[in-house]
Amino acid sequence: MQYRRSRSDHSFNDPSSEAGKEAILARSSEPALGASSAPGTTTLLTAADVTRVVDRMAHQLIERAESTREGDQTGGLADLVLIGIPTRGAPLARRLAARIEAFSGTPVDVGTVDITLYRDDLRRRGVRALEPTTLPEAGIDDSVVVLVDDVLFSGRSVRAALDALRDVGRPRAVRLAVLVDRGHRELPIRADYVGKNVPTSRSQSVKVHLTEVDGADEVLLADHGAGQGDRA
Amino acid sequence: MKRHLLEAADLDRADATLVLDTAAQIDQALAGREVKKLPTLRGRTVVNLFYEDSTRTRISFELAAKRLSADVINFSAKGSSVSKGESLKDTALTLEAMGSDAIVVRHSASGAPHRLANWVRGSVVNAGDGTHEHPTQALLDAYTIRRRLGRLEGVRVAVVGDVLHSRVARSNVRLLHTLGAEVTLVAPPTLLPVGVGSWPAEVSYDLDAVLPKADVVMMLRVQAERMNASFFPSAREYSRRYGLDGRRMGVLGDDAIVMHPGPMNRGMEIAAEVADSPRSTIVEQVGNGVSVRMAVLYLLLGGAPS
Repeated sequence: MQYRRSRSDHSFNDPSSEAGKEAILARSSEPALGASSAPGTTTLLTAADVTRVVDRMAHQLIERAESTREGDQTGGLADLVLIGIPTRGAPLARRLAARIEAFSGTPVDVGTVDITLYRDDLRRRGVRALEPTTLPEAGIDDSVVVLVDDVLFSGRSVRAALDALRDVGRPRAVRLAVLVDRGHRELPIRADYVGKNVPTSRSQSVKVHLTEVDGADEVLLADHGAGQGDRA
Repeated sequence: MKRHLLEAADLDRADATLVLDTAAQIDQALAGREVKKLPTLRGRTVVNLFYEDSTRTRISFELAAKRLSADVINFSAKGSSVSKGESLKDTALTLEAMGSDAIVVRHSASGAPHRLANWVRGSVVNAGDGTHEHPTQALLDAYTIRRRLGRLEGVRVAVVGDVLHSRVARSNVRLLHTLGAEVTLVAPPTLLPVGVGSWPAEVSYDLDAVLPKADVVMMLRVQAERMNASFFPSAREYSRRYGLDGRRMGVLGDDAIVMHPGPMNRGMEIAAEVADSPRSTIVEQVGNGVSVRMAVLYLLLGGAPS
C-alpha cells in the first residue's frame, strides 16, 4: 500500500526528514531483539541505563515544577500534563508520570497526541496509518504541557506536535522532554529535559526500543554503512 | 490503496480495515475539540461533481474535505453548463484544468465514475453511480456496525428491501463480505437483480424468518423515482411484508441494531417508532459518514501525487 511503500523510496540523506527516527518507527511491528549483536551497532543505553535516565528526568520535572511554584509563571505538579508523541513517546510519558508519582506522591495527567495529520512531509513520503490521540479529561487549557518523545532529531515532529496542541487547547506553557537528543536540528527547537545527548552523523540512526513496544529497553546507534537494511 | 475509490471491490481487507481504523483515530482526535479542523490537505482542491440530487452525501463530503483544510468546489448539474449540453468528459477536463486534485462524483449512469477515472489525473471517488455502487456509504455502514457491536467478523447482516435498484446494497454486500460479515438479502423476487445467486450473500423472501438471527438489519429505501414498473402490487402490501415495524423489531436480539442509509420513507419500509428507537443508528450513520470520508480523502490525497 502506498503509505508503506513510500517510506523505502526516500533517501535518509534528505535534509527535511527525520530519517533516523523513521527507521525506528518502521520497525515497530517486529520484535527488535538481537539487533545489538549486529555489526556496526553500538549500545548507547542498556535497560538499566534507560531506567536510571527516566528516573533522573522525573526528578528534574519535579524540581522544575516545584522550584517555580514560588514564582508566578508556572505552577506545581498539579498543573503538569505529560503528552507523549506516538509511537514511543507515549509509553515514555506514562513511565515518567509513574516515576513522578512514585517520587512525589502526586499523580500527573498523561496523554498522547498523534501528529501524522500535522506533518509537513506527507506529500513527500506518502500517507501512513494514524496513532491514537488521548487527552486528559480536564483538557490542557492553562496547564503546563511537557511533550515527550524518544529521539529529538530535525525537530519537525515537535513542530507538528506544537501545531496539534494549538488545535486542542491553550496550555500556559509547553516544554519538551526527550530520551535522546541526536542533534541535526532543522528548526529553532530545543529540549528542556534530555535523557542523553548523543553526537551523531546523519548517516547513523538512533534506535530506541521500549518494553511496551519492542519487548525490551535499549538505545542503539546504528551505522547505515554497515548495511543494516532497516530502511526497508 | 488504489488511486481511486470507484467500488467496494477496490478495497481489500487490509485497505478497508485501514480506512475504518483511520476514521476511528480521526474521531478520537477530534472528539470534544473546539477547533474541528486538521491542516492535512491544505492547498488541495476537491470538486464535488453531483449530477444527481443529494443532501447528506454531498454535505458530508464537503464537510470532510473542509475539516481537512482542502478547498472545496461544489458543482451541481442544475445551473451549470451541463444544461447547455456539456458532456461529462468536457466538464471533468474543465474542472481539472482549474486544478482539482480529486473529483467526488455522483451520476445517474452506472459506471460514470469509471469513465471519469480514465480521463483525469487526480483521484476519483464514487459518491453513487446509478444502481451500481456507493462505496463510502458501505464504509460508513461497516464503521457504524463495528462501533456498535465491536466487530465485523461473523456479524449477521440482513439487507432488506429494494436490492435491485440499490447501490448501497451492492457496495455493502461486497464490503461486508470482504470484512468477514455474513449478509442475507431479503426482498420480494421482483426487487432482486438477475444473477444475485453469484453474490457473496444468502437470499431470502421471508423477513420474519431472518430477523431473529440478525445482528444488524439494514433497511433500504424504496426508490419511488426508479419505480417505473410495478415491482409490487401496492405500497401497503410491501410495507406489510417487508417493512420494519414495532412488532418485528420486538423479535430482534438484545444487541441487534437497525440501520438505514436515508432518506427514509417513514411508514413505508421503516416505521417511525423503529427509526426513533435506541436500536436505530440512522443519525449516528450520518455523523460517522464525515469521519469515514475524511479517512478516505486523507488516504487518497494525503500522500505524494503519483
